[in-house]
Amino acid sequence: MKKKELVYVTFIRTTPKKLWDAITKPEFARKYWGGMGNVSTWKKGAKWEHVDHDEKGLVRLVGKVLECKPPKRLSLSWASVDDLKDVSRVTFEIEPIEDMVRLNVIHDRLKPGSSMAKGVAWGWPRVISSMKTYLETGKGLNVFAGDDESPCEKNN
Amino acid sequence: MEAVFKALADKSRRELLDQLHKSNGQTLGELCDYLDMTRQAVTKHLALLESANLVVTIRRGREKLHYLNPMPLHEIYERWIGKYERHRLQALSDLKKGLEKNQKGK
Repeated sequence: MKKKELVYVTFIRTTPKKLWDAITKPEFARKYWGGMGNVSTWKKGAKWEHVDHDEKGLVRLVGKVLECKPPKRLSLSWASVDDLKDVSRVTFEIEPIEDMVRLNVIHDRLKPGSSMAKGVAWGWPRVISSMKTYLETGKGLNVFAGDDESPCEKNN
Repeated sequence: MEAVFKALADKSRRELLDQLHKSNGQTLGELCDYLDMTRQAVTKHLALLESANLVVTIRRGREKLHYLNPMPLHEIYERWIGKYERHRLQALSDLKKGLEKNQKGK
């Protein structure tokens, strides 16, 4: 079956370095990514974890760093801790354009109809939108706003 | 945002978006196969969709693939659909789908 591929392109008034830090430094990510951050040494082949930044520090997603070229390109393998066999891939591409940055988020190798495919189709626009707001105003959005039916929540 | 509405105000362009929603990442040739339009017309529509950021292209080797980019639609959604309305809209949409399904079954 053909694997599903999602692409999100957004323009953010910031610098590549700041955008890179917003993705790779958990202290920034937690401010816009529903309180979660991405933890890794960000070396090629290293593992990375998507972690809740409360006392419990639950790990939600895991994977390997497939490619790391700061502040331009970061590619990660991506799996939920609930289903480690369903591995997809996320690539962030960062390209400066005048006083803005174009961010491409490409999530591919998704199984059509899987809970991961549904969850990220719900989640990416919110996370990216919140990231943009955070970088431009210093404050993120509530990515779970109004959504008791969020597929991410259902799976937990 | 005006560019988004302008891009959406055309049946052929909405059909192109539907095609990409069904199968994301298509070449110009693939998109032309589905639509009863000349290649030039499809190219023109795609350029308009691209300028509104509703469609984005990514190069894969020799191929240029077209993708549906949901970000502009998400911005519209965030602006006009409040968090409280979402539940009711979903319930109504489910009801409509359910009723339509029953109709077909008869």
